[in-house]
Amino acid sequence: MPESMIKEGILATDHTNADDQEEKKILFYHPIEIETNEKIRNVGLCEAIVQFTRTFCPSKPAKSLHTQKNRQFFHEPEESYWMVMVVRNPMVEKPNKDGKPPTVEYQEEEIIDSVYGSVLQQCYSMYKLFNGTFNRAFEAGGVELLIQKLEKFFYRYLQTLHLQSCDLLDVFGGISFFPLDKMTYLKIQSFVNRVEESMSLVKYTAFLYNDQLIWSGLEQEDMRILYKYLTTSLFPRHTEPELAGRDSPLRPEVAGNLLHYGRQRLDDGRDGFLTGPVNLKDPDAKFRFPRIIVNTEESYEELHLIVYKAMSAAVCFMVNATVDLSREFCEQLDGLVGPQLTLLASDICEQYNINRRSSGPEKEPQFKFIYFNHMNLAEKSTIHMRKTASVSLTSVHPDLMKILGDINCDFARIDEDEEIIVKAMTDYWVVGKKSDQRELYVILNQKNANLIEVNEEVKRLCATQFNNIFFLD
Amino acid sequence: MSDEYYLELSENPVQFENASSVNNVFFDEANKQVFAVRSGGATGVVVKGPDDKNSLAFRMDDKGEVKCIKFSLGNKILAVQRSTKSVDFINFIPDPPQSEFSQECKTKNASILGFCWTTWNEIVFVTDQGIEFYQILPEKRSLKLLKSQSINVNWYMYCPETAVLLLSTTVQGNVIQPFAFKSATMSKMSKFEIELPSVPKQAKLSLSERDIAVATIYNQLFVMYLKHHSRTTNSPGAEVVLYHLPREGTCKKTHVLKLNTTGKFALNVVDNLVVVHHQSSQTSLIFDIKLKELEGNVNVHQPVLPALSINPYKVPLTGPAAAPSQAPVPCELYSSSWSVFQPDIIISASEGFLWYLQVKLQPTLNLLQDKGKLMDFLLRRRDCKMVILSVCSQMLVGGDKGNLTVVATVFDKLNQVYKEYLDAEQAYSTAMESGPSRSSTCKRPVRTQAVIDQSDMYTHVLSSFSEKKGVKHKFIIAVLMEYIRSLNQFQIPVQHYLYELVIKTLVQHNLFYMLHQFLQYHVLSDSKPLRLATANDEIVEVLLSKQQVLGALRFIRSVGGHDNVSARKFLDAARQTNDSMLFYTIFRFFEQRNMKLRGNPAFNQGEHCEEHVTYFKQVFGENAMMKQVTT
Repeated sequence: MPESMIKEGILATDHTNADDQEEKKILFYHPIEIETNEKIRNVGLCEAIVQFTRTFCPSKPAKSLHTQKNRQFFHEPEESYWMVMVVRNPMVEKPNKDGKPPTVEYQEEEIIDSVYGSVLQQCYSMYKLFNGTFNRAFEAGGVELLIQKLEKFFYRYLQTLHLQSCDLLDVFGGISFFPLDKMTYLKIQSFVNRVEESMSLVKYTAFLYNDQLIWSGLEQEDMRILYKYLTTSLFPRHTEPELAGRDSPLRPEVAGNLLHYGRQRLDDGRDGFLTGPVNLKDPDAKFRFPRIIVNTEESYEELHLIVYKAMSAAVCFMVNATVDLSREFCEQLDGLVGPQLTLLASDICEQYNINRRSSGPEKEPQFKFIYFNHMNLAEKSTIHMRKTASVSLTSVHPDLMKILGDINCDFARIDEDEEIIVKAMTDYWVVGKKSDQRELYVILNQKNANLIEVNEEVKRLCATQFNNIFFLD
Repeated sequence: MSDEYYLELSENPVQFENASSVNNVFFDEANKQVFAVRSGGATGVVVKGPDDKNSLAFRMDDKGEVKCIKFSLGNKILAVQRSTKSVDFINFIPDPPQSEFSQECKTKNASILGFCWTTWNEIVFVTDQGIEFYQILPEKRSLKLLKSQSINVNWYMYCPETAVLLLSTTVQGNVIQPFAFKSATMSKMSKFEIELPSVPKQAKLSLSERDIAVATIYNQLFVMYLKHHSRTTNSPGAEVVLYHLPREGTCKKTHVLKLNTTGKFALNVVDNLVVVHHQSSQTSLIFDIKLKELEGNVNVHQPVLPALSINPYKVPLTGPAAAPSQAPVPCELYSSSWSVFQPDIIISASEGFLWYLQVKLQPTLNLLQDKGKLMDFLLRRRDCKMVILSVCSQMLVGGDKGNLTVVATVFDKLNQVYKEYLDAEQAYSTAMESGPSRSSTCKRPVRTQAVIDQSDMYTHVLSSFSEKKGVKHKFIIAVLMEYIRSLNQFQIPVQHYLYELVIKTLVQHNLFYMLHQFLQYHVLSDSKPLRLATANDEIVEVLLSKQQVLGALRFIRSVGGHDNVSARKFLDAARQTNDSMLFYTIFRFFEQRNMKLRGNPAFNQGEHCEEHVTYFKQVFGENAMMKQVTT
């Protein structure tokens, strides 16, 4: 059953250096119900595997362990802190004659290592964005504080993971950039600079339109995870409250408040703060914003995350968390940003439509693709429908997605540029191209085409769709 | 503080013998000449012009008191009026002076009020009963009447620049009949009425010529009427009313300049600004009719700047008492002996000085706080370039909040003018290409000082600003981006050195992700990517010097320049890090590049990488070298 693809999630450390007290090594264990002895056994096993594989390659210990029923993923995000995720292999039940119970067959090759390895890393990044590093918490409040933080965060977070819909895009963890003409882009620059100048508390700004990034003042790695949070968690809660209400596995007690806010904003048709106070005029309004932690490697900055929205434009203003934000600040920001952003949003919309119209009528293309650039994390997919809080919908068969994942694994093994063309069982052609730092995956629906024709088609496609992206032949 | 006065008298005034009982002084606005006539000309006439070419001295017979004396254009013929009936002429061609000849006015019983030269040999007599337009035939020593017009005239006023003559008619004198002159033709323009402050009780001359001036402002002819404060109206002070007088069509009241005070005034026009001198307060006001303050269909204007005196002026002592060593004495400004002439002339007849009034722009910087308005003002001035550039420099170090909005406004104003010039230039060259026959109608656009182009901004403002200590890099980048935004908004192609400046600033502060995003949206790319080469080299240098070898490689690859970079430079830097894996990576990268470029992983002779190849073999062994694939 999909909802319980995660069999176990373990966070353990040998940081406490308590060899005699195995139990204390466990910082977080999901599900909680499991008996302590079993927990200890499982953690011991993981420890053993990691230690054992380390003898073969000290710098690269094992990342995953394949078994018949499960697959285990190991990740050491900080020294001596281990995260383990155990994922159940899909099962197929084969009915038996004579009323015997059906035979269960585990599909051991369905799960792609890179996808779930990335999911595990993402868990850590998301935790770190809101809580900082494990070690910081440990140093500040000992193991008790760390456990408390972990429980608070992961209890909710694990419920929002939708492992069954994870795919290649999770491996990339890319950012979708909004296509925009130079002039409108410069106007946005100008807007951001002016706000940062007049509101000197604002340290960083990120600008998004239509859930796609246009500008980030944050560094790339921080933006990557913030983008993930915004597009898969914060925005969907505010734009699709009905959907979230019906289908979302978010538990009511978690989603309730947010849902309420979301609906109210939607009904009002009013824009404004997506985080912090719903209504500035409310005398009881609280001026509390989510805190995020960025630049953990260097300056370790703690920031208030203010997200402000007008039409399809959303701007994140990040303010040093040591400053308490007041009503005056919020009113000032609202007064400054509100009118300008609305204007800018309609400008962007207008420009976007002009550009789209000038590029000709949109024909249903014969192909679908995923593009990713490792340099700037730019990703583009015509395979995926809009991502929602609940599920990421793809428009192609899971088998094809699996092929994409496999090609990606092949690419990851070798540094050099490559091209792989696969004819899928379902008459589709799948082409993977890796060039420089860029990867392109194309799915062609041309039944009778031969290899040469497919190759020609992809070349043509690169020339028309990616003419400003440099591809090596 | 001499640098706060925005008006000054010209440094080298025209000096002449001061007016006295034996010396009459005349001024001709057309040639800007001062005539000092001693004893009716018998003991000499000295003519001083704005420069020595226009200065001369001669004698003429004393035939009675001179009422008016003027040269025709180019000092060809001298006209002297000594009576109300006739004007006398002296040919100055070929050699001065020859004997006089005379012309009486044709109209019976009319008395001549004065005359004006319209060309070198055409003259208009203005009488109390009309005008007579003559052509002079100097060889024949006679005049030919070209045209005449009969009309009652109270007084007249002539604008030599446009050759337009205004006649005050009717009993009250407030109906003005203008005439325009052009080589032997005279045309009547439509007449207009000047609104008097109050309707006079008796029918008497109510409009004095002292209250009227004509001048061209922004290439348009205006009649300026000094409307005195009237007790019957509620107006708090006097005002100057401007009537626009077009070549064709009707004259309209278009601008009202509020003086907010009363008393005795005089008008000048300098650099398209109307200057109003106020005698009792000894101050002057300036107005710019293009600074918009709309109110109804007449533009009502307040002074651009606070009222200030003309810059105090010192003159050397003259006369027999003066010794060369004596210090100059302060000159009495706004003296009652001053006469003011259009457009920009002030004459002190009693002291013997003629000055040009000048506007100093530098003091306006501190007097006009609104930078947008200041820019509007400066962009329309003649010698504005350096002042505008210093405004730009000044506003960038101010560091006030909301400064960027001001910066943006100023950049937009500058670029609007810049763009208009570029368009005009473009239209001109298109016309030139389409054939010389058509291009004769199209004049090459004049580049005024108000055209501040990218190289001006770069040289005088941006490059030094970007290196200024103590300015936040965030602000520097914001300003540079704002300038680029403004250029783009006016569709002006951005010059590569501006991009280089942005890139340099970003790199110096390790803002690579920002740089990357700019490149991604093609904000920092012009039509010729090769131009960026210099900037890229600089970035690579900075990165290599910081031992960020991989970063440098990543950067150069992101701009697609890795095929042309010097492999040796990178390998040198990699060797210096003492990180053998890094060296391996860099070496392998270039092997692959060589392979791609030439089908062979080996380095070319010219790349001087032999030393590194040897080192590579030493550390990693011969076998680690990439092999050429042989097919």
